[in-house]
Amino acid sequence: MNLSKFFKNAFLVMLACLVLSACATKKVQNQMQGDVYTGTETVEYLASGVPDRVFFATNESVLTTASRDTLRKQAEWLRKNSKINVVLEGHADERGTREYNLALGERRANAAKDYLMTYGISANRISVISYGKERPVDSGSNPLAWSKNRRSVTVKAN
Amino acid sequence: MIKKIKLSIILFIIATAQSNALIEVDITRGNLDPLPIAVSPLSADKDTNEKLTKELKIDKVGQEISSVVENNLRNSGLFNPLNRDAFLQKPNIAHLKPRFEDWSLIKAQALITGKVTLKDEKLRVEFRLWDVLAGKEMMALAFTTVPSNWRRVGHIITDKVYERLTGEKGYFDTRIIYVAEEGPKTKRIKKLAIMDQDGSNTKYLTLGNELVLTPRFNPTNQMVTYLSYFRNLPRVYLLDIETGIQEVVGDFPGMTFAPRFSPDGKKIIMSFAMDGNSDIYTMNLENRIVERITNHPSIDTSPSYSPDGKFICFNSDRSGYQQIYVMKEDGSKVKRISFGKGLYGTPVWSPRGDLIAFTKLHKGKFYIGVMRTDGSGERLLTENYYQEAPSWSPNGRVLIFYRETKTDSEGKGFSAKLWSIDLTGYNERMVKTESDASDPSWSSLLSN
Repeated sequence: MNLSKFFKNAFLVMLACLVLSACATKKVQNQMQGDVYTGTETVEYLASGVPDRVFFATNESVLTTASRDTLRKQAEWLRKNSKINVVLEGHADERGTREYNLALGERRANAAKDYLMTYGISANRISVISYGKERPVDSGSNPLAWSKNRRSVTVKAN
Repeated sequence: MIKKIKLSIILFIIATAQSNALIEVDITRGNLDPLPIAVSPLSADKDTNEKLTKELKIDKVGQEISSVVENNLRNSGLFNPLNRDAFLQKPNIAHLKPRFEDWSLIKAQALITGKVTLKDEKLRVEFRLWDVLAGKEMMALAFTTVPSNWRRVGHIITDKVYERLTGEKGYFDTRIIYVAEEGPKTKRIKKLAIMDQDGSNTKYLTLGNELVLTPRFNPTNQMVTYLSYFRNLPRVYLLDIETGIQEVVGDFPGMTFAPRFSPDGKKIIMSFAMDGNSDIYTMNLENRIVERITNHPSIDTSPSYSPDGKFICFNSDRSGYQQIYVMKEDGSKVKRISFGKGLYGTPVWSPRGDLIAFTKLHKGKFYIGVMRTDGSGERLLTENYYQEAPSWSPNGRVLIFYRETKTDSEGKGFSAKLWSIDLTGYNERMVKTESDASDPSWSSLLSN
């Protein structure tokens, strides 16, 4: 498990390097890097400076560097507010079958949960729910809208 | 909720003519030349008509039943019901002995005639199918039932005619269970709904208070399994349509989804998500025993049994992307069968056993297709912006699925509708529903 996580992380770093080097040559798109949403339009805040959501690439549940940064902030906030429990809501975009997307949303929310746990947040404080593609935030049918919808949102449970 | 419907079918002894019919409809190829058929309105005497008008609140039940038959035949794509205005012979006389010259004059190749009577509060319907060119009776049948069943009588007549002329069982006396949708895309309200195959008699089974998805019938059409977000806990439920009683299937510590019945109706097969990973499980409804079927760190979902119950096809991304796999019912001998370009999902085994229908995503387009159970002979039937989740008609000739529209630059213009298409790829058409609709599942034949 730890070993596989190590590889996952190593893979992430490599991926990030690849993405960054690719983008260095291309014009960086406004609100997307690759097909991961990097904008702030739909983002809400759990507390000042603590974004509530992270975004994913198509069909992926791997956390990006930015996502990990956000989740570390969430973990820090959760450590300070030890009475607060959270629900992680996993979502997918509309470009996939309903049943697979339910599983994908679950996988995304759990990727976020695992990361919060490695930063010391007890599993008892985190529950997970997948909405698949049932609750998009953006009703558009375009790559930007889809990127906003591929997300895991951390919501206060109490 | 929906009454059990008893329907006695009495076969006429008069001339169950073993005549070798000249007309035959070939349904194995796309039919671009539908068979011209005349459906003479079923005749009824004045007394019968008056009583039925009072009871059913419809004028001329015989004509209404004929309209049900015509509509079914037209929608099948295999028949061309001729305009009644052109009929020369009176219905009651045609039913006794058609003047075949009159019917061949308007180019009818087959003719349906019939008669409705009311006796002891029961509706008695008899009909005959005639081969116009050969000048022979092909079939004669009578039914007795309660008057409120009049639409079903139309469906059963269609099934009998379809079977006589194509050599295959019909699919008209059937229902569709689906998810009725309303509201904006970001806050869709969804309800379970059930309707006759032709879109009539819609009934809602849930109120829309919680999200519901993917309903599927059991083999006897009395029960439905589906996913409900009741109390924000997404779990597979079982609903008895008649009593309205629902219960959670099993006691799982996480989301269960993608349910279907086994062909004997004794088990529910579904996915269970644990720590982010979805595997396939079954629960026996008699002894409540839960069995794990797959055990793999990838997503395993959308399971569907072969009609003999010996195999399961399912969707997995264990190769890195969504593909279709087949395994034995105990989870052994897992074999990937989809190898074309693109992603594959929602495999469903045909009731005939020879094909698997699926959804495919390739280069930003969604397709409904079929392949043989070893993955060979892939055939894509229809391409669109978004469509998925095919469900087979009980005779394995037609697929029903849902289609969603692309929204405009302001995110407006979203709709979800049911569509059907023949296995041949012909006769693609929208199935009318009262509201937006998705996740259709076809029942088996209600009468046999």
